[in-house]
Formats: sequence, C-alpha cells, structure tokens
Amino acid sequence: MKTVAVVGASLAGLSAARSLREQGYDGRLVLIGGEPHRPYDRPPLSKEFLAGEIDEDALALEAEGEDLAAVWELGVRAVGLDTGSWAEHHVRLADGRSVRAHGIVIATGAAARTLPASERLDGVHVLRTLDDARALRADLARGGRLVVVGGGFIGAEVASTARRLGLDVTVVEAAPTPLAGPLGTQMGSLVSRLHADHGVRLLCGTGVRALAGTGRVEAVVLDDGRRLGADTVVVGVGARPGTDWLAGSGLDLDDGVRCDAAGRTNIPGIVAVGDCAAWYEPAVGAHRRVEHWTGARERPAAAVAALLSGGRGVPEPPRPPYFWSDQYGSRIQFAGYAAEADSVTVEEGAAADRSFLAVYRSAGRPVAVLGLNQTRLFTRWRRRLATAEARTAG
Amino acid sequence: MKIPACRLADLPRGEACRLDSDPPIAVFHTEDGEVYAIDDTCTHQDASLSDGWLEGCEVECPLHASKFDLRTGGVDSPPAKRPVRTHQVLVEDGMVYVLPSPTPCAAVHRAEGRA
Repeated sequence: MKTVAVVGASLAGLSAARSLREQGYDGRLVLIGGEPHRPYDRPPLSKEFLAGEIDEDALALEAEGEDLAAVWELGVRAVGLDTGSWAEHHVRLADGRSVRAHGIVIATGAAARTLPASERLDGVHVLRTLDDARALRADLARGGRLVVVGGGFIGAEVASTARRLGLDVTVVEAAPTPLAGPLGTQMGSLVSRLHADHGVRLLCGTGVRALAGTGRVEAVVLDDGRRLGADTVVVGVGARPGTDWLAGSGLDLDDGVRCDAAGRTNIPGIVAVGDCAAWYEPAVGAHRRVEHWTGARERPAAAVAALLSGGRGVPEPPRPPYFWSDQYGSRIQFAGYAAEADSVTVEEGAAADRSFLAVYRSAGRPVAVLGLNQTRLFTRWRRRLATAEARTAG
Repeated sequence: MKIPACRLADLPRGEACRLDSDPPIAVFHTEDGEVYAIDDTCTHQDASLSDGWLEGCEVECPLHASKFDLRTGGVDSPPAKRPVRTHQVLVEDGMVYVLPSPTPCAAVHRAEGRA
C-alpha cells in the first residue's frame, strides 16, 4: 500500500494512524480532519473544560514531539468517496481536491442530534466539539437557568458541571427513566438519583414540544404543556453517525458503516473505526455502533491489522465495551452488554450510599457490570468479563 | 530509605498494593512473577493505578484508560502524556521493599542550584 488515508482526526483516527506506524506501515499517510484543530480529547468537554478548570492545551491527544510522518489536511471535510478497484480509492474534499489512496480508514465519528429551531435561537447548544464547548462555556458563565434536554451521559455531565458553577438546572428526559438504554431501567433509575442529591430537577416521561423565544431562547415547552423558563438550553439527545459523505460509495451503511468483527467493510482496502462504525459484535450476534472513548482508542489497532494484512489477519476479539462517566463527584463505570441481561443484582455496597457494584447476568452468566464509586472492584469484574468473553469467542 | 511494602506471599500474581507514602506508590506483582513499583497516582487525573487493570508489564488507569509501562513508567496510551516515576524493588527473605526515587522536581532544583 503506497498511500493510506485516515478520514477523521479525532481519537479513533489518531489511534488508527498510530497503529499504522506501530504495525510497520511506512508509506504515505494522509490524515483528513473536518475541524481545524489538532486531535483533542472530548470527555473533558462536558466536565473540566466546561468548568474552566483546564485549558485547550490539556485536551491535546498528541504527545509532545510526536511525529507520525503524516500529511495533515485539517479544516477540510471529506464530502465523497469514490471506491475503485482494491488498489485505489479517491476521497473527495470540500475544497474540490481529492486524495488518492490504496487503503482507507473511515473515522468520521458522529454528529449531535438537534431539535427543530435549535439553530435560529441563541443560547441553545449541543456538545460534541471543542467549538461547541467554548460557546456553551461562555453562556454558562452568564449563570441563570439551564434546561438540559436529554438525561443521558452528556446531559447528566453538563447538568453536574453547571450545578457546580451555581446555575439553576433542570433535566428533561423523554423516557420514564434516564440511562435505561445503556444501563437498563433499574440501574438507570438508581444512578439518576444523583441529580436530586445535588439539587437538580429531573423531569421524566415528557418530550419537548418546542423551544420558545425571539432571538434568544426563553423557555422550553414540554409535550404536556408545561413551560420551563430557560436562559440557556443544552440538547443532549444522542448522535447520528457521520456517514452522509459516504452515500453512493457502495459501502454498506445502516446506522453507521457496517463492518465485520475486525472493522472491515464490504469493500476491500476500506475499514471503519470509532463512533461512525457498526462492527459485528460476536458476543451479541449483531452489528452495534459503540460510541465509547475506549472503543475509539482500542479498536483501530485491530482494524489496521486487518487492513495491512489484506484481510488475512485475524485479530484478537476486542474487550467488551467499556465507558465511564463522572457526575456530581461520583464515578460511574460500566462494561459489557446490559441489553443481554435477564437479571441485575447489587453485589457490593448499597444504592442508598451511592456506592455499589451491580452484576448483570444472562441465564446465570455475567454479561455486564456497573460500578458507582467502586473503582477497584469494578476493574476486577471487568477483567473477569473480558476473560469469560475471550473464552466464549475462542 | 527502604520502605517495607508487604510479604510477597500476601501479594498474589496479577494483584497490586498501595503504599501510603508521600506521594503514594503502587506495587505490582505481574502474572510472570515480576514485582514493580511506580507512583500510584495517574498523571492525567487523580486516580489510583493500584486499582487499575494489570496486563503483562502494563497497567491501565481504572478511570480513563491511560496505560503505563511498569518497567519504564512511560505512557503507552493516552490521555495521559507525562510518565510516572518508577521505584526500585527489593525482595529479601520473602519481604517486598521499595526504594523510592528522588522526585524529578527536586532533582531539577538541585541541578539548577549547582548551575
């Protein structure tokens, strides 16, 4: 392979570029990033960066003096992909240029979902990028009333940070319980009690009908007719994969780029990693888009191995999905697949103490583990899960 | 200074213990039977590496997944960018001792003082 293009210059793209060099690829390497920034870390955007505790330098993902011998194309989006024979593809860029490459790593992430009218009102934010975080930080500094639409992890972290900054905070969640998707109803309900502990209102079971205001947002109008006065609104209602630019490329797209268990797409010479990729998960027997930092960090090594071996290499199965969230001074950690479970039990600590470890089981077999302020025990259980899974896959 | 850590027999392979020194030090017993000591606090954010995931000669921070090489203290995986200090380990009569390194900051100050 003479040229490999990595499309997307966030954690997954950078990890792929590093893996290429670590695995001995010494050809031309082009990194294409839609944002103008060097690769940066996103988890602090809803926490320490938003609170003003760390600056932009602290977000940098590259080590000092790190040199991947790459051509960086930053601040220019990829707008199309012309897939040719196995030997050659073309990535079309927004400025009219095109990058010819023999191998392609797709790492274009995901974009925040918005609400209708979000764009025409000041004071309404999503939080996905550094620029989003800068804008939100400036608005939070005004104080006042914050309404967070969506009780997922981003929404909860923003609520936690804003509360600490002294704002009056309300979280609105359409589902009966926040975090039911990732954690299941029972544990989602237990974990979201952190909101009330810290004086944040949580309204569940009602959607948002409209955002009201002229020029600047003034209120959030709920489906049940209630009207919540707001100086700032954050919309945290999930993300959609950044795959629009791949329409017509011949790639199999279905809520993300569909890949096998090593990130290979249906077109030779093209792999996909990170939030835009739906890898086949042997543990659940289905394709899943895993929007977690750890997956974006770890999985590119497997995808790059598959790419460089021409599809012959069989990388080790990835570890079970893992994510963490820091809210209200509490540490939430989760690994595995909650949806697979038919039971969940608290095995250590107590929910009332906001410190517990819960194990999810399917037919008696552990499939996931959740820790709230139980770091050490969580690590041990996460390890047991990974070992059990490796045995199953092997 | 030679700090007694624990009896080797009390630290199974794959496990770690934490010394409440200043700063705290983590002692790891790898699956291969080696014993290493590094600063316990991750250089990225306040987390205890002795609570982390030990694999081979590498520990992964339990909080944000930074990885450190136990032999060199070097960062193998972001988001951490700065290495942790390593410390010498002695095993005598079944007892594990740690010989703490002088802090890098102190070393720099001394060097500047001499200059």
